[in-house]
Formats: sequence, structure tokens, C-alpha cells
Amino acid sequence: MAYLGSFIVGGILCAIAQILIDKTKLTPARILVLYVVAGTVLGALGLYDIIERVGHAGATVPLMGFGNTLAKGVMKAVNEKGLIGVFTGGITAAAGGITASILFGFLIALIFTPKDKY
Amino acid sequence: MTNKEYIDYVNKKTPNSKILKNTVLAFIIGGHICCVGQAFSDFYRIMFNLSVEDAKTAVPITMVFLGALFTGLNLYNKLARYAGAGTIVPITGFANSIVSPAMEFKREGLVLGLGAKMFTVAGPVLVYGITASVIVGLIYYFIGGMM
Repeated sequence: MAYLGSFIVGGILCAIAQILIDKTKLTPARILVLYVVAGTVLGALGLYDIIERVGHAGATVPLMGFGNTLAKGVMKAVNEKGLIGVFTGGITAAAGGITASILFGFLIALIFTPKDKY
Repeated sequence: MTNKEYIDYVNKKTPNSKILKNTVLAFIIGGHICCVGQAFSDFYRIMFNLSVEDAKTAVPITMVFLGALFTGLNLYNKLARYAGAGTIVPITGFANSIVSPAMEFKREGLVLGLGAKMFTVAGPVLVYGITASVIVGLIYYFIGGMM
């Protein structure tokens, strides 16, 4: 069931983005920004938990899940540390993904060159 | 039906069916990428006994690696031609948005080329994501006690 949920919820999140790209002037970069902010808001309101319970990886793999992680992290850190947590919570929770993006992005770009350009 | 009517008819129909096709492709390919994430989640929890929380960190790391690698191999961009948002929205697309410009601008140097252009799309995502999280944190700090 986790796979069916992943497929459907992940698919719907992608389909919504595709409709936004085709019907409006939103660029992929704007879609990603929109999705992260939307995920943060839905996470803060506790609504993303519901999406995640149905969608499993279909909710965590799309970039909206990254926003949810930021929101969950900052709220947890505020509970533990108060005002300092406002500054540390988001990135702390998302540290794995951010570090992996920077490290692997850097290494892969260093090793490979674009195919059709050279 | 005159020629003009026919052309009007085609113009009216074509974009919508194209949007439908794009949306279905985005749904199917995006859904499959998420299933790959689910498979890694199950794999890590069963084979390495990772907790649900740790798996939630390990899966994005894995997906980011795969997205970056397949971008380097020029395979992700080929898939993206069909998948559209299906390859943009998953976190593999975030990795793709980092590697693509970084490779492209490598010839302009390792610092202001590769190092800076990595963040063409990832930068705005982090700026708005982190700012949103701080706003959430502030609101939660000041009214959290009441909830």
C-alpha cells in the first residue's frame, strides 16, 4: 500500500506542477520555490502529516517534503531551545539533504562535462 | 467545415491535449520516482535497521545523489524532456537544478563558475524555504503556548 500511496500522491504533486507550468507563466525555478514555501506552511499547520500518512515517500520525495522538514524542525527546536531554535531548527532538520545536494552537486559537476556542448 | 474553421478547431484542441499528455507523463514518471524513494526507505529500514526518522534523512541523501549522478550522465535531462514537472518536483530535480548549471559554467572557473552557478535555482529555494521556516518559528514561538 505504501507504494500505491507513493505513486498516487507523488504523481498528483507532479501533475499539479505540470498544469501550473503549462497554464501559467511559472518557470520550474518558481515552481520549486512555491513548493518549498507551500510545504513549509502545510507542515506548520500540521496538514502535511496527513498527506504523508497517505503518500509516504510520495510526500517526502517531492520538494514540498523539504519544506515540511524545515517547518517541523523549526517547531521542534523552538520547543527545546526557545528563540534560538527559530534560527537553528529549519536548517538542522534539513542538514542531510542540503549537505548532500551541495557535496554531490559539486563532485558530479566536477567530474562530468555536459554532453552536447563539447 | 471551412479551412479556417478547421484551423481554429485544431488550435483550440491541440494545446489542451498537449497539456493533458504532459500532465499524465508528469504524474506517471513523478510517481515512479517517489516509488524509488519508498523502495530505498524500506531497504534502509529493513537492511540497516534505520529508524523512521533516520530513513527520512537517508532517503533524500540517496535521491539527491542519484539525481546528481543521472544529470552528470546526461540521462536525467533526457527523461525530463518527457516527464516535465515529474522530474522537477521530486528532490532529484533539485539535485538536477544544481548540477546542470554547475557543469555548464565550469569553464568559467571553479569559484565563480561552478561554485556560484550551482545555486542558480537552489539559492532561491533555500532563501525562501529558510525564510519561511523562520517566520513559522517566530509565529510558533509567540503564539505556540496558546496552541
